[in-house]
Amino acid sequence: MPFFTFLRRSVVATATAATLAGGIASPAMAADRELLNSSYDIARELFATINPKFVDWWQASHDQSVEVKQSHGGSSKQARAILQGLKADVVTYNQVTDVNVLADAGLVAEDWQQQFPNNASPYFSTTAFLVREGNPRHIESWDDLVADDVDIVFPNPKTSGNGRYTYLAAWAYADQKFDGDEAKIRDFMKRFLGNVKVFDTGGRGATTTFVERNIGDVLISFESEVNNISQEYGSDEYDVVVPPVSILAEFPVAVVEEYAERNGNRELAHDYLDYLYTEEAQRLLAGFNYRVNDETVKAEFADRFPDTQLLRVEDVFGSWEQVMDTHFASGGVLDQLQRR
Amino acid sequence: MSRLAVLTGAASQRVLPGFGLSLGVTLLFVSLVLLLPMTSLVGQLSQLSPAQYWAIISEGRVVASYLVTLGGAAVASLINAVFGLLMAWVLVRYEFPGRRLLDALMDLPFALPTAVAGITLATLYSSNGWMGRLLAPLGIEIAYTWVGIALAMAFTSIPFVVRTVQPVLEDLPGEVDEAALTLGASDAKAFRRVILPHLWPALVTGTGLAFVRSLGEFGAVIFIAGNMPYETEITSLMIFVKLQEYDYVGASAIASVVLATSLVLLLALNLWQGRFIRRLHGGR
Repeated sequence: MPFFTFLRRSVVATATAATLAGGIASPAMAADRELLNSSYDIARELFATINPKFVDWWQASHDQSVEVKQSHGGSSKQARAILQGLKADVVTYNQVTDVNVLADAGLVAEDWQQQFPNNASPYFSTTAFLVREGNPRHIESWDDLVADDVDIVFPNPKTSGNGRYTYLAAWAYADQKFDGDEAKIRDFMKRFLGNVKVFDTGGRGATTTFVERNIGDVLISFESEVNNISQEYGSDEYDVVVPPVSILAEFPVAVVEEYAERNGNRELAHDYLDYLYTEEAQRLLAGFNYRVNDETVKAEFADRFPDTQLLRVEDVFGSWEQVMDTHFASGGVLDQLQRR
Repeated sequence: MSRLAVLTGAASQRVLPGFGLSLGVTLLFVSLVLLLPMTSLVGQLSQLSPAQYWAIISEGRVVASYLVTLGGAAVASLINAVFGLLMAWVLVRYEFPGRRLLDALMDLPFALPTAVAGITLATLYSSNGWMGRLLAPLGIEIAYTWVGIALAMAFTSIPFVVRTVQPVLEDLPGEVDEAALTLGASDAKAFRRVILPHLWPALVTGTGLAFVRSLGEFGAVIFIAGNMPYETEITSLMIFVKLQEYDYVGASAIASVVLATSLVLLLALNLWQGRFIRRLHGGR
């Protein structure tokens, strides 16, 4: 009997909760304004946390309800969708090049990197290593990855921005170590790429390969991703290693002027991206293991982000355009290094 | 004239209204679903000079991917030809509990999203998966190797063989085998000389369809292939890479090779089958 009482109660409770949720959700459905944010694949949880805070903030300051819609996918695929007509108001990507593509098409302002602070990158990260518990292969830096018997897992630079950063970080390290001697850098990169065990198409795929399939001695991914895994699976299974030298990975944001204008969302779109720079949003971002520039938040999370020399892609390689042309284009350096 | 009379005469007894209308709708549908996308693909190609086109499709890594894809598809199709025939045989010729369930299961690879199939296979056959753990001590690696590619292709394409052979086998009464046996043929001979010739066109068509399907498979294969350049990269991945680089034209060029191969194969199968059936019915 008590069981049935419990059952009935929980049914009633669920029904009530559903009605309540419906009651709360319905005004949001009929929001005064709608904003579409086209974002990268692994940012789902991040924006699911940030958006409600922004909605509150906008409600308080403009007395208007807003609904922020999210679209997630590989960031190049996302950019392609906008090129083909998806009317997104803002983009929040993990690839400078994908915003550049939109700028070239005239959908985003030419000077989009100057429209928001820090090159229009409200948060940043770097590439870091995840190793098996106790770091049995003693992997501390890029040098340790080119040893003969180390198996590496990271996403394919041809299909993943995450993988491109890894490639660039290794190259930038070798460039520093060999003082720009290209023959030596190429030799280093060849050995580095030769140690790759599996090339997944995206960052999450590589994570699965390393964690679920138990393949490889080290996973290379964004520091944020690596920290999230270690938090999720417990630090007694994996260790995070942030190499002393690595690459600065920017997460660029931009207003898709063309469509924001047409949707009547120009101000809303700008305010949404500005909001990402507020202390409140920066704290949320740091909570997801992204590095931020806000001094207060930085101090709060100081122990989470070890000091490391972060090299800028533009400083080491020139512009992103040059990087894409020289390294990743068909027949480029990456292809040459993988050729046999 | 008389032919037309036959056509219209026949049409008046049909369930569907008017030959003109139904053919028109069919053509419109085919145009929208098949021809339009194909035209835009060819349109993309027109931006390339023959030399550029050749350079794209003959690039070393792409050629390596053709070999991996063709090899994987060939092995998968051969395996499917053998086991597909066996499954069709079991489903048609025997009554056993659970036969209908097994019959329904045959379509599962069609119904399952291919990405799910790929992830499941990778989970099973990786060195810490259920199957992989058993095979690893024997030194057999399946996931992230060339074998895994063939396995995934075999999985997604097996219904083609089963479903094309099954109806033909159903039309072939069991008495035929019995007659052959009573006339003194051995089991093997009855199978080889009496049954197989009947099934041959269906078996070849099914295997051919399975092969063509395997050539274009992406979702299932991508998760179990290691995607290592020159070793385990399939052609669909090369197309994906080109798209990722915003190189639509390059992607179309490689896609056109897969498409042409598939079309030629399907056409050859059709011609061969037509001739075979004519010969079977004693025509010239």
